[in-house]
Amino acid sequence: MDNILSVLIFFPAIAGLLGFVIDKNSIRAYGISVTVIEFVLSLVLWASFDGTSAAMQFVELVPIVPDFGISYYVAVDGISLFLVIMTTLMTLIGIISMSVKSEIKNMVITLLFLEMTMIGVFVTLDVIVFYLFWELSLVPMLYIIGAWGGPLRVYAAIKFFLYTFTGSLIMLVGILFLAFTYHDAMGGYDNVGVWSFALTDWYQLKLDVDVQLWLFAAFFIGFAIKVPMFPFHTWLPYAHGQAPTIGSVILAAVLLKMGTYGFVRFSLPLFPDASVMMIVPIAVIAIIMIIYTAMVAYAQEDIKQVIAYSSVSHMGIIMLGAFAMNTQGISGSIFQMLAHGIVSGALFMLVGMLYDRRHTKLMSEFGGLALVMPRYAMIFGIMLMASVGLPLTMGFVGEFLVLIGFYNVSPILTILAGTSIIVGAVYMLSLFKKTFFGELTNEKNKNLLDLDARETFSLVPLVLIVIWLGVYPTPILKPIDVSVASMLELMEAKATKPKTKEFIASMRSDNKEEN
Amino acid sequence: MLGQISITMQELNLQTLIPMLIPICGGLLILIIDLIKENLHKSFYVMMTILILFVDFGSVLSLVVNDRGFFDVILVDGIAIVTQLLILVTSMLFIPLALTSKRFHEFSYPEFFALFLFMIAGFQFMVTSDNLILIFVGLETASLSLYTLIAMHNRSNSYEAAVKYFTMGAVAAGFFAMGSALIYATTGSVELYAIKDVLGERINEPGLLFVIIGGGILLLVSFAFKISLFPFHTWVPDVYEGASAPLAGYMSIVPKIATFVVALRVFGVYIDLGIEPIRIIIMTLAVLTMTLANIMALVQEDVKRMLAYSSISHAGFVMAALALGTTKGNVGIFVYYALFMFTNLGAFTMLWISRHKKRRYSLRFDHPYEKFAGLIKVIPMGAVVMALFMLSLAGVPPFSVFWGKLYVMSAAVDAGYIWLAIVMGLNSAVAAYYYLKLIVYMFLKEPNRDMNTVYYNISKPLMVIIGIAVIVTVTSVFFFQQLLSYVTYMIDYSVI
Repeated sequence: MDNILSVLIFFPAIAGLLGFVIDKNSIRAYGISVTVIEFVLSLVLWASFDGTSAAMQFVELVPIVPDFGISYYVAVDGISLFLVIMTTLMTLIGIISMSVKSEIKNMVITLLFLEMTMIGVFVTLDVIVFYLFWELSLVPMLYIIGAWGGPLRVYAAIKFFLYTFTGSLIMLVGILFLAFTYHDAMGGYDNVGVWSFALTDWYQLKLDVDVQLWLFAAFFIGFAIKVPMFPFHTWLPYAHGQAPTIGSVILAAVLLKMGTYGFVRFSLPLFPDASVMMIVPIAVIAIIMIIYTAMVAYAQEDIKQVIAYSSVSHMGIIMLGAFAMNTQGISGSIFQMLAHGIVSGALFMLVGMLYDRRHTKLMSEFGGLALVMPRYAMIFGIMLMASVGLPLTMGFVGEFLVLIGFYNVSPILTILAGTSIIVGAVYMLSLFKKTFFGELTNEKNKNLLDLDARETFSLVPLVLIVIWLGVYPTPILKPIDVSVASMLELMEAKATKPKTKEFIASMRSDNKEEN
Repeated sequence: MLGQISITMQELNLQTLIPMLIPICGGLLILIIDLIKENLHKSFYVMMTILILFVDFGSVLSLVVNDRGFFDVILVDGIAIVTQLLILVTSMLFIPLALTSKRFHEFSYPEFFALFLFMIAGFQFMVTSDNLILIFVGLETASLSLYTLIAMHNRSNSYEAAVKYFTMGAVAAGFFAMGSALIYATTGSVELYAIKDVLGERINEPGLLFVIIGGGILLLVSFAFKISLFPFHTWVPDVYEGASAPLAGYMSIVPKIATFVVALRVFGVYIDLGIEPIRIIIMTLAVLTMTLANIMALVQEDVKRMLAYSSISHAGFVMAALALGTTKGNVGIFVYYALFMFTNLGAFTMLWISRHKKRRYSLRFDHPYEKFAGLIKVIPMGAVVMALFMLSLAGVPPFSVFWGKLYVMSAAVDAGYIWLAIVMGLNSAVAAYYYLKLIVYMFLKEPNRDMNTVYYNISKPLMVIIGIAVIVTVTSVFFFQQLLSYVTYMIDYSVI
């Protein structure tokens, strides 16, 4: 199947359109079936993917607006492949575990459209079409938060939309400027040169350092708000706090990854000099994210808020890895994206299940839950350990690689970032202690039911993945490594400043010795 | 004594006049039919008007590009053709909106349709000439008809709107006359191509630049009234509120695009001659217009007033493209309006559908936000369609206005005005808030169940128009290429 990527993108959208005619009592089964097929398709993609090649695979290129260089251009490589699979997996699990009762038909249809935009973002190589999917993904999320959320849902939804929308418009100016620069470089002024928005064309472009810095800044605003990086993170706790469980799962697992993916796919290879110059400032912001939000997380009384802030903290680790400029760091960062997607998705689902039973998320309402809900407590414990980064879980692999990778850049900053494991353990374990251990004091908790079959069925696969990839991450890390190595090669070749070239070369040779 | 003037029919080239003569004759025909047979139903007149416009459309398509005629005052360049086509398409989409299920006063008069056709002829004269006097005549013909059309809505605030618009229009006409007079005084001509030559020669004479710029500013003020640029935009919300919803939608497109073409021709001369102050003033006005109108739109309580401010802001956007003075910027003007037209007319039609004879939700407004609360539960399809229009206006891809925005912003970046592109971007973000506000009301609030008659005025023709608008808005990505290459080709062929 050469056009499997198009099928992956548009299958959920068409299914969503057809979903309008499905009866509302059958819609959940419909949603699950569609997402299962989509997930299987993404596994087929993985099976037919050549993990030893760094080239873009399953390329499809159809011009849409040739005069302006816009085309439908999709392809996948090691960096995006697993993000696509994680997207299909988390959408599937999200729909299975979904506890929304009202307007379930609208919810399933919205989720299917959202799935289209998410996959579109990860596989599109034409920047305008990428931008199209990027912006379009805001609309379903706005509806999910706004229609099924908590009491402040409208405020949270609008804040989410406006924040991201503003950032992306600045990015759009950057995109247009870059396109113009390409047009200029490809032959003259005023309607003579070639227009192109294809990322692979832009990769060939060598830019002056000044231009790179400005463009880096424009793209940075777009991506940083999405990640969200400190100090642009304030929309996230609101969005998570008000969103229904399914919204939080998708938001944490996939939508946030769009930002970090953008950094890896766009900022690094397009602006190598600027990226290297920005290592320290970004690392500092990342470390502030890691430590500051971890402290904020510790001060929260609401379980969901703790996990929301811990998300920001983990995104800091991902950012740090992305800017390590070596294979371990960047591969680790991508691996951590997957790990965080699955772990935080699972944690949000767990909190959602507790909320369905008790209609509160405050830690003070709980305590001693391990007595009445042992299976729940066990799965929560495993996910929590993975979130903290305990060895033999998925979280450990990513975090470890990121820290090793960044150690080559700056030992001191790495040590600071390493405290994340400690502070992470502090707030997570204190959360666990307050909720699950001690006396079962609250009367209302005495009759809580443990996980039912549907909930178990949606959580166990995630537990298995977390442990499997924690013990044996190679099948995923290998293809990622290959693509990242070729991207670094490209960055070195493209850098204009000798200092940057030297720096990236040294990072790459370090890698070779260690490998 | 003047010598004997002999002009052959060949030189007159009357063919270039045909597109204007068709609506004029059509209008007269409608009046004659009314004399012969009274009390014909409005559907008859609507269909007659569409047919006349259709013939007009064909005659415009058959024009030869870059032709002159009628003592050389008519100029048929690419811009003229593109604009006329745009005007005619908008008019053909507008006029079926008269066929509502409820009876509204103005459409029962055949004069409404005759005036409408005269107005179109006026706009056509305006855009197919580079003679300042003929432009003025066209502008006044169109405007006087339009004032009457507004007043025919027969409500106290329609009269208010018409009088307000008339007064403002009179002031604008005064400015236009004074500006033209200054330019005539310095160049001795009212033909723009001749003006350009003379100005080019005399531009370095001491003291003259002051007069030329003064003339330009007077003309700019007159255009600013018509395009509704800050600070001459104050009439817009009141007039739109007083006019019927479709007419308001029509006013936010056709008179503006016609004026844009005149501005393009006039300021094209200035920008080509390198008179920077004019460009700076236009750009400043454009930036102020889009920003302040956006801020005003944020606080509106009525959807129609919000859309009025939003259309001011969009006009500011396009005005900025005009100030760039590049081919891409000029192409951007038409591409933007072509795409904006369907969405905006669609949005106003949705208001028209929900229109009652009397105000039911608020004493002050016809279309307060509360009226649309929970629309998704009352008529899901209507809510989705309205949301599509709002998202498109906000510039969310892949809906139509996004492509216009993209192209205009790209033109700004190409011309080296990156700050302008950033301002445009930030303004789009601000604008997103008030469009979202309506979406929030429609999707996320509980409906006013006792008064769920938001689709009161609906009828088959209205649904067809909405359907066309939706299809164009959603599928714009597939024909953007054709639109772009056609407009670029036409603009490249124009003299400006």
